[in-house]
Amino acid sequence: MEGMVNGNLNMIGYGLAAIGPGIGIGLIFAAYISGVARQPEARGMLQSIAILGFALAEALAIIGIGLAFALK
Amino acid sequence: MSSSVLAVEGEGFVSPGPGTFVYPPAFGEGTFVTKPMLIVILGSLAVAVFFFLAARRAAMVPGKTQFVGESLYGFVRNSIALDAIGKPGLKYVPYLATVFFFLATLNISGILPLVQFPATSRIAIPLFLAVISCILFNAIGIKREGLGGYFKNMMFPSGIPWPVYILLAPIEFVSTIIIRPLTLTLRLTFNMFAGHLVLVLFILGGEYLIFEYSGVVGIAAGTVALLGSLVLTAFEGFVQLLQAYVFTLLSALYIGGALQDEH
Repeated sequence: MEGMVNGNLNMIGYGLAAIGPGIGIGLIFAAYISGVARQPEARGMLQSIAILGFALAEALAIIGIGLAFALK
Repeated sequence: MSSSVLAVEGEGFVSPGPGTFVYPPAFGEGTFVTKPMLIVILGSLAVAVFFFLAARRAAMVPGKTQFVGESLYGFVRNSIALDAIGKPGLKYVPYLATVFFFLATLNISGILPLVQFPATSRIAIPLFLAVISCILFNAIGIKREGLGGYFKNMMFPSGIPWPVYILLAPIEFVSTIIIRPLTLTLRLTFNMFAGHLVLVLFILGGEYLIFEYSGVVGIAAGTVALLGSLVLTAFEGFVQLLQAYVFTLLSALYIGGALQDEH
């Protein structure tokens, strides 16, 4: 079968747009893990803060995939 | 899964796109009820009936249903309302619990066997809930501080040199009135959208590799893809519950922000 790549440049743009939130989410959970390692009893409080930060950083990637499909 | 997605006529694999989310009327031409609408109606009914049964004969020593219902409600009360808002948040637990269980049910419909479509990936449902949340937290702020006082506190917080207001006031206004409900909507919608698309891609792709591409390579790769779809289904379930939690938590935080004296 002959190989052929069909698709949309939007998806490459989305891939690039996902780099930033990826790094951000990594940093957030790195900080969360080291925070819990230093002070295990603060876990409950840190968890909701970490998930909040994760949600806010993730919104960027999500808007990216939304635009990748919406913009023609 | 609808076979119209995989419109293969010896052309190779056509990957699923946004068309996967468009459903024809469920009861034939002329009717307007579609699969997502049915999921919304049945999901709301399921949540309502479950909590009605759990609360109907509330006893000092809870039965099984009452115990489960109280634990679920207690989760929203303790780890969302009390954590994010504090004591004054107890007043808003009914709203938050409704949002959480409505969204969780509609999200989970994405991995429910035979249903397998997250109704929240249609933007109308998250948008409607986000607008309700937006109206709610703005109304709370306006009721507490008065119309002028609320917008003054929001756009012109004290303790800042006045030239900064030129930048800060429009940013704060747009962020509170427009960006907050918009990000609530988009986050939930496109998490479900992307998750469902990935699942469909893995399942249809695996099916195509095994039955159409065939050969040793096709069957091996297709088996891996189908096994991967099982793992991804579990992951999707996690994401779906997490997103319902995040939506509720952010709503609670916005309500908490409107209840506080200083932003």
